[in-house]
Amino acid sequence: MPSERASTGLKIAAGLGLAFLHLPILLIFLYAFTTEEKSYAFPPPGLTLQWFGVAWNRADIWPPLWLSLQVAGLATLIAMILGTLVAAAMAQSRFFGRDQISLLILLPIALPGVITGMALRSAFSVMDIPFSVWTIILGHATFCIVIVYNNAVARFRRLHGGIMEASADLGANGWQTFRHVLLPNLGSALLAGGMLAFALSFDEVIVTTFTAGQQTTLPIWMLSELVRPRQRPVTNVVAIVVFAVTFLPILAAYYLTRDGDHTAGAGK
Amino acid sequence: MTSRPAILPERGLADRLTATFWRHPRLLLAVLLAPPLLWLGVVYLGSLSALLLQSFFSIDEFSGVVKQELTLKTYAELVRAQNLDIILRTLLMAALVTVASAIIAFPIAYYAARFARGRWKAVFYLGVMLPLWSSYLVKVYAWKLILAREGIVTWFADHIGAGPLMARALEEQWFGGSSLSTSPVGTFIVFVYIWMPYMILPMQAALERVPGSMLEASADLGATRAQTFRTVIFPLALPGIVAGSIFTFSLTLGDYIIPQIIGNSARFIGLAVYQFQGTAGNLPLAAAFAVVPIVIMLIYLAIAKRMGAFDAL
Repeated sequence: MPSERASTGLKIAAGLGLAFLHLPILLIFLYAFTTEEKSYAFPPPGLTLQWFGVAWNRADIWPPLWLSLQVAGLATLIAMILGTLVAAAMAQSRFFGRDQISLLILLPIALPGVITGMALRSAFSVMDIPFSVWTIILGHATFCIVIVYNNAVARFRRLHGGIMEASADLGANGWQTFRHVLLPNLGSALLAGGMLAFALSFDEVIVTTFTAGQQTTLPIWMLSELVRPRQRPVTNVVAIVVFAVTFLPILAAYYLTRDGDHTAGAGK
Repeated sequence: MTSRPAILPERGLADRLTATFWRHPRLLLAVLLAPPLLWLGVVYLGSLSALLLQSFFSIDEFSGVVKQELTLKTYAELVRAQNLDIILRTLLMAALVTVASAIIAFPIAYYAARFARGRWKAVFYLGVMLPLWSSYLVKVYAWKLILAREGIVTWFADHIGAGPLMARALEEQWFGGSSLSTSPVGTFIVFVYIWMPYMILPMQAALERVPGSMLEASADLGATRAQTFRTVIFPLALPGIVAGSIFTFSLTLGDYIIPQIIGNSARFIGLAVYQFQGTAGNLPLAAAFAVVPIVIMLIYLAIAKRMGAFDAL
């Protein structure tokens, strides 16, 4: 690479671009402390901590939060099993239809969520399936598979095939190799994939509105508050909670996989 | 002295299975692939078929009940003026958002690929990843705060004396509404903000693959920086740019939350799907509308493939 330096124009454009991505999020934090309840006035007329207490005591926030955690937990579990299986298959051999399978895994997040949502909604309607927690989980697990898969397949590729053979030569059976050789090597990548899947599912609203029926997840609760605001500062507090629940796993996933050639999250 | 056999005795089911899989690797492959393929095949492809099937049904205009007979009537409704309007508006928005995203994303990707080293590389990576992965609704909400009439943009415009200018601009039909948060421009800005990050990483990956030797050769042959960029870097990075545009374009095409929260309630494809399946209760028409982005994306992907974008993914 030539040892030339970046021009000032490029530096400014790149810096402004990153600022554009980050400043709006910071604003949410400011607004959670505002004393103004009826509007989004900037700058806030005063700062207070009272909204955290108000939000804590609001009975209508807890059930959606619980439902979201349940859905995200179960969807992540299913996605981790299915994503790891498919990654193991794709890593170990080339076979007919391999490209088609990788396209099939990618499709649920490459196509707009409204298509996945509407497709599931049509299927439930055609087959007369009533809405339940499981209809939400069905949709979430489907688009979370690719997240786990991306992380697992990258780690499988880095794994030297020799260690599996060595394990077999030393008399271990498949289960022992999996338990004592494969799993410790895959562990952090799976954990990273799982956390990203959890973050994605916890926050998902586009597909969920089609698969939830009358149930309210936390993002659906937030969406209804955005369309018809009731107590704005409470929404701000919930926004911070949602942000934290998605932000922390992402950061953790990054640190778990950062020495690899492929870092977690590159394939959302 | 008894010599131990070279082959260990079997210690149960796990050993027998290991031996079977060792002799028949295809069997192991089938066992690994069966559960995920069954899931994706039944849940995802099955649902997509249900969507397609539903779009060939029609709705009885008097009773409002879905008639389960195959017909093209619902598709004929798509080309009605008001529905065609929705499709064209969405296409135009997706195209504009994609172009604007490319312009904003390129300097970030270019700097990260060519100049950022070590610590700065990580800063750029996290700087893109964190906004991309953080909560979608929270990001949209943040923009509602920013663009609100009493929000930070108005405050800033007033402070630098551009308040009257902005008020004047908002009066223009195509530009504004009562505030930026109810204007088409607001919708556009938020679309760009939400879907632009998806473009940066494929772009950056493509730029990183441009070989340094070619840049040196270009410089040796006397090309200026701008010439090198135009004739070497840009053409080589183009497949990556197209690859990045797939996500931005596709995701804008189907989004129905942003136009619902920010904008002048002009309808987009996603919003039409959402409303027809919900309040209107017209599942067939909603399904037919959902088929439109699939067809558009198939065409888009075919073009992207010809431009070599798939090798850049």
